[in-house]
Amino acid sequence: MQVQYISAFTVVLEVLSRFWPVWIALIIVMGASFLYKKKLALYGQLFDSGVGIAGVFICLFWLFTAIFASTISPFDPLGQIPIMKDTLPGAIEPQSGLVYLFGGDKLARDVFSRMVYGSQIVLIIAPAATGFALMVGITLGLPAGYYGGKIDTVLSFLANLVLAFPVILLFYLLVTPGIMDTPIPYALAGVFFLFPIIFFSVLFWTRYKNRPDRIYILLGLTLIIGGWIYLGLVFDRDPLHIVHIDPNQLNIFVAVVFASSPGVFRIVRGLVMDIKTRDYVAAAQTRGESPWYIMLWEILPNARGPLIVDACLRIGYTTILLGTLGYFGLGLAPESPDWGTAIKDASRLLRSFIHPALPPTFALMSFVLGLNLLADSLREQSMKD
Amino acid sequence: MLSFVIRRLGTMALTMLCLTMVVFFLINLQPNLKKLAISQTEMHTSAEQLESWLVEHGYRQNFFIRYGQWLGVMPKQPVTDPATGKPAQRFSFCNDPVVPTFAGVLEGDFGCSTKFKATVASKLFPALGATGILMFWVLVVMVPISLLIGILAGMREGSRTDRVLSVASIASTATPEYVSGVIFTVIFASWLGWLNGSAASASQGITFYNFTLPVMTLAIYGIGYIARMTRASMVEVMTQQYIRTARLKGLSFGSVVVKHALRNALIAPFTVIMLQFPWLLTGVVIVEVMFRYQGFGYTLVEAAGNNDIDLLLGCSLVSVFIVLITQLISDVGYAFLNPRIRVQ
Repeated sequence: MQVQYISAFTVVLEVLSRFWPVWIALIIVMGASFLYKKKLALYGQLFDSGVGIAGVFICLFWLFTAIFASTISPFDPLGQIPIMKDTLPGAIEPQSGLVYLFGGDKLARDVFSRMVYGSQIVLIIAPAATGFALMVGITLGLPAGYYGGKIDTVLSFLANLVLAFPVILLFYLLVTPGIMDTPIPYALAGVFFLFPIIFFSVLFWTRYKNRPDRIYILLGLTLIIGGWIYLGLVFDRDPLHIVHIDPNQLNIFVAVVFASSPGVFRIVRGLVMDIKTRDYVAAAQTRGESPWYIMLWEILPNARGPLIVDACLRIGYTTILLGTLGYFGLGLAPESPDWGTAIKDASRLLRSFIHPALPPTFALMSFVLGLNLLADSLREQSMKD
Repeated sequence: MLSFVIRRLGTMALTMLCLTMVVFFLINLQPNLKKLAISQTEMHTSAEQLESWLVEHGYRQNFFIRYGQWLGVMPKQPVTDPATGKPAQRFSFCNDPVVPTFAGVLEGDFGCSTKFKATVASKLFPALGATGILMFWVLVVMVPISLLIGILAGMREGSRTDRVLSVASIASTATPEYVSGVIFTVIFASWLGWLNGSAASASQGITFYNFTLPVMTLAIYGIGYIARMTRASMVEVMTQQYIRTARLKGLSFGSVVVKHALRNALIAPFTVIMLQFPWLLTGVVIVEVMFRYQGFGYTLVEAAGNNDIDLLLGCSLVSVFIVLITQLISDVGYAFLNPRIRVQ
């Protein structure tokens, strides 16, 4: 049976119309941001420059694509329809009458749906791993910068140790199927996932320790929610069976956090060393505030500008790292629709077919570009203040 | 200055010791050893045979003894054949000592590669040479282009040239090697047919036809980053008093940029270029795998994929050494180039 095709122009129209939930959400959010941009502080200022608007637009586009993935994509990302093998963009699937907008890959899956679903994996792991890396980096970087001395020497040596590891070698050692049989990933996860709990506990304790009405509620909430997620992620023993992560995803997650937290550590340490000489820190010291109060409530809020910029860049970098992992077939399942794996599969067959390679490459590139543009304009706006 | 360098070298040695020990530990985890034993013995071997293979080949000795032997601070004991009681060879393709000798990395013996069935040295150093050629061409392309972009953009901050070049360099930092590699291959190899999508033939002889794509792919990711740093440094220099003085003296803009600004603006990019090497190392692995170029990155992937213990250790030693030595050079060079910075 011959597969029918629709014209290139129709493909473009069809692709644009498939993204309809994204366009609606984008119009609502961007419109609201424009209207209230005066009241939105730093986020509102982003809308003053073309670069900032472009950055916000691209990031939100992929965010909504990930949220509405099941509505946008016409096919199952893992589903194979044999007749559609290696079809060119615009091929009509005879049974349902729906179109393989970007063609089919060598396993007869819909490239368009895979690209859309791939955004889900990237947009969950990359920001979450960056968040954990920030927690680890901040919690260790604050004392290293503030106290200096022995703590600083030891922590900096450890950070440099990890930074001296070429990322690719680290991944080959840490993200292998064999390592799942050893306790190493779970031990690392156990250590890393402890940091957010420590961070928030200390944060609330230093601020509200003399206000029993607040401290018990806040600390209790931190420990219960943190402990619940911790049980689910590290031991896979969530009593309610809501929090769950696949062992190989946990492994990737841990490796990415491990690779990027020393970078955060270095930035935080440098910022703290700069800020701790300011007058308001001296004032707090004279008031007799505890060191951790000064670090978390005096220094950290004043270091937020560079940290937000770094977080944006780092999410982009983590996306690139995830792509690298996918490209080398490490960690993620071979049929996983994430962009790195898709690029790997397609790049082997570039001589015969190029269409499966292009959607994931442009998706990855545009998302990282959006984050970089966002970071760039954030940096410019925060410099103006 | 001298004591600074010596102290840095000491830290470097300590870092390398720690890192190689970590790598040694991770490679010798039980699942990895099992995988090695399975790949090295015949099909369908029982668990006991696998275990006895590991014992015979010395993989079951104490961790620290084995690490010491690899490093060359402990003597390597000859392996005895249980049947004859005489010293035997573990692998047919490389020589084990007949009497206890110090034969480790410190003595220049990197061990045996189980994947390529050769000594590690005979595999690793030609690969390094091949990668060196690739790196050379990448630097030749990357450094002048990125400095030029950075200087042109930073010369007049906020101008149209600056905007265009800045967005272009942001775009290039958003394009990792596996993305640009695919795009370039599609454009230049599949559509236009100007260049070869594989660099496998480059080990016989480098031509423009087979070597441009890997070099281009590897350079493009670094160009953006170095250009951004150069731009930032140039912008800072252009706001200095002495630049204004030179302009007010009546010098032309071009001569102010070339004679006064350039020299000071190029100190920071030097450090950035040096620190770019660890990034390039990851890129080298991706590019060599993508374009099938038989260099260091290709060797590393083969070693890691086949759990080739000695070869992977050799690769990690080399890569860690490169990272640390470039950091050292960047620190020393920075102090050397900028007399205002005095090393404590």
